[in-house]
Amino acid sequence: MSLIREQDAAEICKRLENMPTPVRLIHFTQELNVEYGRETRELLQDLTALSDKLTLEVYDFLLDKEKVADYAADKVPATIVRNGKDYGIRFYGIPAGYEFSALLDAILDVSRGTSELSEASKEKLRALSVPIHLEVLVTPT
Amino acid sequence: MRLAHQFAFESEQVTADCIEATEFPELATEYQVYAVPRTVVNGERFIEGALPEEMFLDSILDAVQPSPS
Repeated sequence: MSLIREQDAAEICKRLENMPTPVRLIHFTQELNVEYGRETRELLQDLTALSDKLTLEVYDFLLDKEKVADYAADKVPATIVRNGKDYGIRFYGIPAGYEFSALLDAILDVSRGTSELSEASKEKLRALSVPIHLEVLVTPT
Repeated sequence: MRLAHQFAFESEQVTADCIEATEFPELATEYQVYAVPRTVVNGERFIEGALPEEMFLDSILDAVQPSPS
């Protein structure tokens, strides 16, 4: 059974149908001792099945150590939204509820190659000279 | 949440993690998350709540480059 309801699937398809370029979801999973590990993987499988521009690559957090290091994934489940470039966009935990919408937004931004931020914000970000790691803690709503 | 990812998209200096707090209770405790969203900047500075774009970015920049005062 799909974790995405039929009604939602139609809506998601509509949002994804205008993806200009392909997007890859890199997913690190661990089925044992991880709350929602399996559900997160299934949700991403259901999502990526809705667009031929979306691909899912699944790695084992415990076994695929090289990939874990490549992506500096320090928690599981972890999901990275990227194309040819890794922008540093990460989701830890199940992207459900509001976070599912945030995942779709991230996918569409990466696909379109534009963030829709204001020019003023882009200017400030371009001027950045120090690394910034943002961790936004959320709960499913 | 989207803003943090948008900032990461625009700047190679920025990485943005969206973390489901209830799945990582130890981290939520370490960062003293009582209300969400709570944004942690470079592991040590905190921004509360969902802010509009300009305020959020300025708060982040203030956190990493405190203006002399």
